Amino acid sequence: MLLIYCPYCEEERSELEFRNAGDAHIVRPANIAEISDEEFEEYFFLRQNPKGLIYERWRHIHGCGRFFNAVRDTVSDRFHVTYKAGEPKPDLDAEPKTNETVETYEALEGVAE
Amino acid sequence: MADQAIATRKAPLAGRRGGSPAAILTPAEPASRISLRAGHDAISALSAALGVTVPLRPKTSASTGKRHALWLGPDEWLVIDEEGADLVAAAASSGALHSAVDVSHRNTAVIVSGPGAEAAINSGCPQDLSLALFPVGACSRTIFGKAEIVLLRTAEDTFRVECWRSFSPFVFGLLSEGAEDAGH
Ligand SMILES: [Zn+2]
Repeated sequence: MLLIYCPYCEEERSELEFRNAGDAHIVRPANIAEISDEEFEEYFFLRQNPKGLIYERWRHIHGCGRFFNAVRDTVSDRFHVTYKAGEPKPDLDAEPKTNETVETYEALEGVAE
Repeated sequence: MADQAIATRKAPLAGRRGGSPAAILTPAEPASRISLRAGHDAISALSAALGVTVPLRPKTSASTGKRHALWLGPDEWLVIDEEGADLVAAAASSGALHSAVDVSHRNTAVIVSGPGAEAAINSGCPQDLSLALFPVGACSRTIFGKAEIVLLRTAEDTFRVECWRSFSPFVFGLLSEGAEDAGH
């Protein structure tokens, strides 16, 4: 079971109390009625879906109820840092690096031929 | 003239008994409750009006007699009065900007008591309920099986488990199973 640190409750809680809420730091265009369909598609639908670090919104829905942001590794599911909604993107280079091995499917089962 | 039908209130867990010697389950007496939302600048006025200090630290509660204020989120509290006082009117008398919604009948509660109370609740709740991390007076909204609950530790071996009334048969049933297991 994943433990996720809620920046409002100030402690780690079980993933069962949380819900993912999509990518973070997506800025709604101020001129939303004027932009083209393509620009709207870009803003509304298109996401990077990176393999690796992703900035996400999460909600502590069965806890304090708050939305907050998290940096998660989509390969290992490791949460690198969580921070309150409205706070700037954290500088990931400043985060301590870890060499700890992570149990991914590929690491345990090998890469499919 | 036809007899007039008189509606009588049916408590959601009326007559239920359960648990085990390790964890006794008792439906709580009816109480009044409000869901309170307010900014921090309204807290001192609301505390004075409600007669209980509205807590600002996560996972903490405050009690005055039979009235309890439970921190649920940074601007959200559950206030319970076990004597059924009019909490909406009490909050309104503060004169401070807030929202108070009467949820007295939305919620019901189960008192879980005994040396196995922690284990009974942990049968469906992922929180660490050890005394070090969840001391007497600690409270939290969390999950119990598939139902959302609000936990309040009222004594070292006693918890008040608040849940929505439509979930209460499920919560009582799962607590009963957990209470059985807690004895082993
Ligand atoms: Zn939280």
